Amino acid sequence: MGNHVTANQVQSRAPRSQQRQAPPVSPAPDAIGGTVSVEIDGKSIKVPFGTTILEAARQAGVRIPTLCYHEDLCVAGVCRVCVVEVEGMRTLQASCAYPITQPIKINTHTRKVRQARRHIIDLLLANHYGECYACGRNNNCELQALAKEYGVDFFRFGHPEKPRFEIDRSSHSVVRDMNKCVLCRRCIRTCIDFQEVGVLEAIGRGDQTRVTTFLEKPLAEVICINCGQCINRCPTGALRANDPTDEVWAAIDDPTKHVIMQTAPSPRAAIAECFGLPAGTPLTFEMNTALRRCGFDKVFDTNFTADLTIIEEGTELLLRLYKALVLGDKTVALPQFTSCSPGWVKFIEHFYPEYLDHLSSAKSPQQMFGALIKTYYAELNNIDPKDIVSVALMPCSAKKFECNRPEMCDSGYKDIDYGLTTRELAKMISEAGIDLPAMPKSDFDDPFGTATGSGVIFGATGGVMESALRCVIEIVTGKKVEEFYDHADIIPVRGFEGIRYVEIPLPEKLGPVIDLLKPLVPNWDWLAGATLKVAVAHGTANARKIMEDIKAGGHFSECHFIEFMACPGGCLGGGGQPIPTSPEIRAARAKAIYAEDSAYQVRKSHENPVIQRIYGEFLTEGPGGHKAHKLLHTHYTPRGKYIS
Amino acid sequence: MLVTERERLSEELRELAEAYGRQRTALLPMLQHVQRKYNHVSAYTMQVIADLLDIHPVEVHSVVSFYAFLGDKPRGRFIVRLCRTISCDLAGKDRIARQLENDLGIPFGQTTGDGMFTLEWANCLGMCDRGPALLVNDRVYTGVTAEKVHEIIEECRAEFGLHALRKKEEQRA
Repeated sequence: MGNHVTANQVQSRAPRSQQRQAPPVSPAPDAIGGTVSVEIDGKSIKVPFGTTILEAARQAGVRIPTLCYHEDLCVAGVCRVCVVEVEGMRTLQASCAYPITQPIKINTHTRKVRQARRHIIDLLLANHYGECYACGRNNNCELQALAKEYGVDFFRFGHPEKPRFEIDRSSHSVVRDMNKCVLCRRCIRTCIDFQEVGVLEAIGRGDQTRVTTFLEKPLAEVICINCGQCINRCPTGALRANDPTDEVWAAIDDPTKHVIMQTAPSPRAAIAECFGLPAGTPLTFEMNTALRRCGFDKVFDTNFTADLTIIEEGTELLLRLYKALVLGDKTVALPQFTSCSPGWVKFIEHFYPEYLDHLSSAKSPQQMFGALIKTYYAELNNIDPKDIVSVALMPCSAKKFECNRPEMCDSGYKDIDYGLTTRELAKMISEAGIDLPAMPKSDFDDPFGTATGSGVIFGATGGVMESALRCVIEIVTGKKVEEFYDHADIIPVRGFEGIRYVEIPLPEKLGPVIDLLKPLVPNWDWLAGATLKVAVAHGTANARKIMEDIKAGGHFSECHFIEFMACPGGCLGGGGQPIPTSPEIRAARAKAIYAEDSAYQVRKSHENPVIQRIYGEFLTEGPGGHKAHKLLHTHYTPRGKYIS
Repeated sequence: MLVTERERLSEELRELAEAYGRQRTALLPMLQHVQRKYNHVSAYTMQVIADLLDIHPVEVHSVVSFYAFLGDKPRGRFIVRLCRTISCDLAGKDRIARQLENDLGIPFGQTTGDGMFTLEWANCLGMCDRGPALLVNDRVYTGVTAEKVHEIIEECRAEFGLHALRKKEEQRA
């Protein structure tokens, strides 16, 4: 470690003062200046030079309440809830923003500190329009918890009786209710520093300060990618997802409607958190039972179309490579980018519209599913597609925007009617009086209940890449992936490193072309001995770094295939997942997802029997064929970063 | 805004960014330049500046909204700022405020219909020993009396009239 500076820090666009910085860790902890001793509430510990008081206190097992502090974000020190008394200093210090550079004595619970904290909380409440009963964050609100912790029993400085701001419901994904905002600026740091999108910022000064968008426009009119990371980090209910549960209940209660639910891999790894279980407890099969008891007519697995996405996207990649390398077509855009993450798609549409032809034309699994439900499934079961209500359970707020894109009507109807987040489904399940963890287990419905491990890992960063590689390696070499990677686990693409770059050498001797692809390529000889270069990025701040590198002609421009996910950690850290979020929680969810993958018998998309069947009887022209193109592929809109 | 006008403005801002260095620190001098020249920072300008300095437009808007001397909406040609802090208050700023409102026909925070004057409050101009003090654009007036208010306003009008006349003459010649 030492004074090692990661690439993240060097390339961050935020001012140095606002970057998230780990304290400099000395190579030898006992060296002079390496550690400092501190006394916190009478307890002495040694911490590395530059550790903040808050971090030291946590190490010492002393609890300091926080509000504006978040593990994912840079330190702001604006809320002052974490103030402590440092002996010898006249004023109280914000512990999250005080790096320890000399031996000090700290008291965290003196009368002065308690009083100051109580007053700070009272002041926050004086600006917070709290209508706790009617708030989505009731019982999961950090301000409410603080008020309880400090025994607030009256409003010393008053309490707003009427809302002051209009609620901004313009966006399909995110609802902003600034009456509940306490100006902690977590959303600002998330949007500008963590995701580098730049929707929200503090406008005005003093008591006129408010968190708002560029020119105070409605959210739908500014450059928002709908990733919902701000929702995950908001301590109160000021930011929330656009909730369609009323409409979904109405569809369930309507006997003429056939209501279908598809569930993505990430919500099942996280929904347990909404029911008080630790992060990383998978409840896949319990959730299926709960969904049926809620009244959904069919419960399908989005992983099925994740497999389909792999086939379509993988074929597209092989075709692009064939055209570029063999036919010498200069117009082919390489590297190919994944298109599963709707946040990333909107990001590139806004910030790099000139690279849209690099984006795979394959739809995301959710939208492929929607198009198949109202065509193939409707035909198969003799149901009028207009009576089908297709609901998608996603870890994502951007999926709500995606299903409302005007081009997503290839079945002749709105392909997906409603996008639900994990949190909203948890609410529906509770509303139905169901205790989710106690549910008996049940499987998905046929025919779209058959999935593979490849589909499951779409939920984690690197998952799409791993699935695609499993598939491409087998198709091209004609050998099992297990011969190259133990248990078909392609470990190099896994992990939480912001950007990962992997080279996959292909053997000299390649296999025959499988039947499905015979009309498209004659043989694989042109790939013999080649090296497949791939990269994975998660979080749009990392995506931006890769895009800038490609723009400058750097080594990422020589890649063949790049996976981009808008949310840190991939879908499992999505904007629709349970609150709170932290690196540990995301790691636990990833563990659950990879465990589910290894439990599958079939772990490669092209071996999914239903995939083979659907190409046999419905998409008869094969991957990339006419019908597949009509239903499973889409086009994008260059949006640009200027608004008028 | 016309396309040609936009192109001219972007080119001007690009030159400005080169002059101040294309980094965040160039933001304030660029905004001050734009404010001086165009009397406000337009939405389009903010986006071009953000693009040039590799920051987000909302960050530029945040800075513009923070400083009282920058604004995203056009204000009057003469911005009259009356000090409202304690010394000027004791020296009788209320009387001056009433006089200003009366003479200009607008309340504080507004601009006259002809776009000539904007009336605003200011917090301490540093002229505490010579209050009440007010600021007209860059000029400070101290020990202002109700009679003087009239003179100051007339002085502005005359200056603008003369200025306008000269411009017309220049155009004719």
